[in-house]
Amino acid sequence: MISQVFILSSQGDHLIYKDFRGEAGSDVVSVFYEKVTALTGDQPPVVMSHGDLHFVHVRQGGLYWVATTTSPGSSPFTIIEFLNRFSALVKDYCGSLSEKSVQMNFALIYELLDEVVDYGYIQTTSSDVLKNFIQTEAVSSKPFSLFDLSNVGFFGAETQQSKVAPSSAASRPIQSSRESEIFLDVIERMSVVIGSKGVVLKADVEGEVRVKCFMPSCSEMRIGLNEEFSIGKSQLRGYGAAVRVDECRFHQNVHLDEFHSNRVLRLCPSQGEQTVMQYQLSDDLPSAPPFRLFPTIERDSGGRLLMYLKLRCDLPSKRFVVISALSQELSSPDQSAELKLQNRAIDWKIPRFIGGTQLSALFKLEVSGLSPSSLMEVGPVVLVFELPQLTVSGLQIRFLRLSPVQPAPSQRWIRYVTHSDSYILRL
Amino acid sequence: MPYLGSEDAVRELRRALSNPNVQSDQLRYRNTVLKAIRAMSQGVDVSDLFSEMVKACATVDIVQKKLVYVFLCSYATLNPELSLLVINTLRKDCQDPNPMVRSLALRNMTNLRLPSLVEYVEQPLAAGLRDRAACVRRVAVLGWAKLHNLQPDAEIDAAVVNELYGLLRDPDPVVMVNCLRALEEILKKEGGVAINKPITHHLLNRLKESDVWGQCEVLRILQRYHPQSEDELFDILSLLDASLVSPHPPVMAATLGLFLGLCSGLPAVSLAALERVRGPLLAACGSTSRETRFTALCHIQLLLRSLPGLMGAHYKRFFCGYAEPAYIKQRKMQVLVELVNDENVAMLLDELKGYCTDVNPETAQAAISAIGRIGRSYSDRCLEILTGLLGLKQEHITSAVVQTMCDLVWVCPQCSDTVCSALEGCEEMLQDSQGRQALLWLLAAYGERVSSAPYTLEGFIDRVRSEASLGVKMELLTTTMRLFLCRPSETQDMLGRLLHYCIEEEMDMCVRDQALLYYRLLHCGIEETHKVLHGQRSDPSLGVLIGRPAEPINQWAYSFNTLEPLRQAGVETEPASRGSPEHVTFDPKPNTDLSDTLNCSQIEKVNLAGSDGASGFTCSSAKVLAPLSLSLSPALSPEEFEHLWMQRHAEQGAEKLEEEEEDYVCLEERIQFPAIPPCSPQSLQAAMQLVNIQTLAFTPPHTLPWRVYLYTHTHHAHYGSTLVIGELLYIGEASRRVAAVKKGMEDGDVVEGEQEAGLSGRALVRKDGREEEVEVTLKQQPRDDNALKGFLSILTTVLHTLSSESS
Repeated sequence: MISQVFILSSQGDHLIYKDFRGEAGSDVVSVFYEKVTALTGDQPPVVMSHGDLHFVHVRQGGLYWVATTTSPGSSPFTIIEFLNRFSALVKDYCGSLSEKSVQMNFALIYELLDEVVDYGYIQTTSSDVLKNFIQTEAVSSKPFSLFDLSNVGFFGAETQQSKVAPSSAASRPIQSSRESEIFLDVIERMSVVIGSKGVVLKADVEGEVRVKCFMPSCSEMRIGLNEEFSIGKSQLRGYGAAVRVDECRFHQNVHLDEFHSNRVLRLCPSQGEQTVMQYQLSDDLPSAPPFRLFPTIERDSGGRLLMYLKLRCDLPSKRFVVISALSQELSSPDQSAELKLQNRAIDWKIPRFIGGTQLSALFKLEVSGLSPSSLMEVGPVVLVFELPQLTVSGLQIRFLRLSPVQPAPSQRWIRYVTHSDSYILRL
Repeated sequence: MPYLGSEDAVRELRRALSNPNVQSDQLRYRNTVLKAIRAMSQGVDVSDLFSEMVKACATVDIVQKKLVYVFLCSYATLNPELSLLVINTLRKDCQDPNPMVRSLALRNMTNLRLPSLVEYVEQPLAAGLRDRAACVRRVAVLGWAKLHNLQPDAEIDAAVVNELYGLLRDPDPVVMVNCLRALEEILKKEGGVAINKPITHHLLNRLKESDVWGQCEVLRILQRYHPQSEDELFDILSLLDASLVSPHPPVMAATLGLFLGLCSGLPAVSLAALERVRGPLLAACGSTSRETRFTALCHIQLLLRSLPGLMGAHYKRFFCGYAEPAYIKQRKMQVLVELVNDENVAMLLDELKGYCTDVNPETAQAAISAIGRIGRSYSDRCLEILTGLLGLKQEHITSAVVQTMCDLVWVCPQCSDTVCSALEGCEEMLQDSQGRQALLWLLAAYGERVSSAPYTLEGFIDRVRSEASLGVKMELLTTTMRLFLCRPSETQDMLGRLLHYCIEEEMDMCVRDQALLYYRLLHCGIEETHKVLHGQRSDPSLGVLIGRPAEPINQWAYSFNTLEPLRQAGVETEPASRGSPEHVTFDPKPNTDLSDTLNCSQIEKVNLAGSDGASGFTCSSAKVLAPLSLSLSPALSPEEFEHLWMQRHAEQGAEKLEEEEEDYVCLEERIQFPAIPPCSPQSLQAAMQLVNIQTLAFTPPHTLPWRVYLYTHTHHAHYGSTLVIGELLYIGEASRRVAAVKKGMEDGDVVEGEQEAGLSGRALVRKDGREEEVEVTLKQQPRDDNALKGFLSILTTVLHTLSSESS
């Protein structure tokens, strides 16, 4: 049971406020902001209380999304999932999540809230249902222009260029698009810990297959995964290199009748973004981790700390990677490094890193009172990167077919990306 | 917050809204309304526009209607009279052919929250319940709940309640769920909506039609249902099995909540359910949303209280990510501490060590205290890390390390040597009061072993004038006093100065009183002071086993899937580390089969079949103790145990005079137990836990005298339950001889004799192959001889089984 829902900007401006049950006044918004800002540390706890009122908040798009409730027995899973879902809906309808887009589309968001929650009870969050009720048009902060799609081949022609989906194309309001487009994204997040001797201590991959559908009504869609795709340790399929995951979960609308035989997912996507499949893989990655580091750390005679870092990218060549390595003379002019005293870190930015190559950097640090134990404090190196067109698990989409009774021709985009959730190299 | 010039803005808006030119142009009209709402949501008081807005309500433009309703619902309570004007428009809209308009009107009619309007609202609401469109019925059903809360004292309309019960069969799942919600509110005084068997089965059968939110609501309400038979219960459980592993965390949590509620009498089933949710919970821990991760972590902590081994194999999933916020990191560390076992301890400590140098001091301190807690089971490795951290010479790290050592030494006195040597030179790095307090406490406890202790204290005393913290001053007084007792010559002078300052100059009453107390105590003589300040200490050779017994699920089930586990961030219960090997490799089978209370008749059979004539007790007890069972709850903390034990010990003298005291009995027995020396504390503890006897403290193996302290609760069908606490003591054949030798000798070299006798004694045992015996001292409260005998026979059986296994 939700008593109020409000959205605050990071500066504490009231963007949206809606009271469902009249159990508390609007002054609690300021109370919440005071509580959030009064706390030290980088993030306040998710649940806070003020008298009988409990605040549950999530942060999305730099905004505070807050729900209040008076009953301590409310399910935190439900409230948090709701807030996340609500912010996803706002993102779908407004195109992107930011203070500006929320401000410009407040009427639309009030309308959404009105349909989604009644008297504190969540009614529906399905965009299929909501599209019948939402009347307000989204106001896009950036007018949609053809230049955004400049690198897309005309008539969906398979040019080399058109294989790269426009990065901003998916972030626009779902209602406004006249094109019938479908984006299918395979997104993987790696969390890796590599010990000081180069031993992989932990390697996890969390992956998801997401569909963002701009078509107001989409009939059935079939997604084919690799035939060698297998779940669990025992069962291996096919003769090629197996693509294995430990656990796999599907959206409840996915029909799995063809999955066991042909690895085909069938579903009727609703408008907007949804996660079709989630999977995870622990410890046993099919390939070696993409980056390795060879560090040398010593004290020179002048009491300075010398760090010589050699970073190696083991990806197949001709792949470009955007990296910014955090924590620690650079080998190329387009890189940059910066010492951040506040975080006690060195930020080494590498705009492009070509697979199969090696980069090195030498940092000299003046440390007052350098002692042998200071070396213990150095590290770890954390890599923050994005690998486009690559999945660590090896999952590939074989095909994406829409049923033939589609009213209009459609554009289909398949994108792969691997992010670093937490890629830690110990020194 | 009124903006500058807000009055002008409102005036401007009013002029625009009442301008006929604007009103005739739909788009301009809508935009003007939009401006008013924007001003409202920015905090401008636009309540003066109410009458203009009421007029704007009568429009065919749905977007404008919605906007006006947002306005009206916010300000209706301020203008009850004017709101009456809206009702006409709303009632007209309720007749509109467009279902969206009907539902909109109905919803906002009930959202105005004006008791005076109730009479106008009832009729459209009643009609709404029978509307063709589901969206109108959804709104109408909840509307009745809103009406009821407007006038909570009004009589409940039985016809409406009946109609709502009827609508549980509505084809639209949201209407069905809304009916449940509305009935729950309307019938709150009667305990909510009636959940009987037909309704339950109806709801369960239609569960799949609802979306995530509806399912959660239904599952929550079903918690009140009590199945009539076990068969029905298992039918329900198997129906819900798929939801238990749902990819949606809310559904998974609600289902598990229902499982725990339904199976409160079947702990084995509940434990199996916890096993099932491991996968989904772990997945939620890796969710993209930090808040979901945090929630899942908090609930995993709950689960671990009952199933300590649940996540053992997945400890790597709880390693902290670099960019995670501090509150998640700290929770993860709390979980990691619980997952320590012999195999992963090196890896875990390595990981935690990495967090100790975190940029966020709170995270660093949490990591250090986590290492300290692991240190209770793996003291050597942890102390090595902790002393290494002191070398960093960082203020916050040193302070956290000293505090952690302070806690660790209290639990593991055997660490004191390492700690003492590490303390030297720390005091310069300590700036915060907690760290200094901990240092002082350590100096008080181990002052005689830290050579620089007086110098450190001297520094403190010289700066006492500028000392701001009350706690440090109090601690300083006590430390100086205690150090004076063991190193009088070095400390006498500074103690005098300190007492003088505290009594003559100190402004704080507490400090002054404390100083006066010590001053007067010293007047009473050194003996008296010694008695007061050096109380009895626990035996340093006795390590407390930290293995907390697995709690029954009922202890936390009520708070599962509520906000409570998330809020305990500050005052969480201290998670104890578990080092016993039964958690090393996670094997679900024995855990799930282990019922909470174990009837001992099974053991009896084993005993009779296995070892014949092991003890005279078994035969006699077999007929007495058929309905006796043991259980571990309520749990007894080591402190409580010590208190009870010492109390009983003291009373023992008096006890002999009046042996027939009713509530308490003490029994001493000998049990043959040849396996003592090779028997590891862990295997003994595991064996005892299997029959629900909790072992609390051990001497390390191969030390003499060897002691074990244990407790349990007996439940007897006829006599109620009793608490049994006990000690197993093995002083060794050797020492027994020594004792005899000692008695005989008048003034010989005892130490030497002891060693010799010890060697020969042990050799003798080997040669003779004589069976060794342990002394068992049991204390029971209240007295119940039969139960005690029964317990003793169980204990005997366990010990025999153990010795037969080890040989």
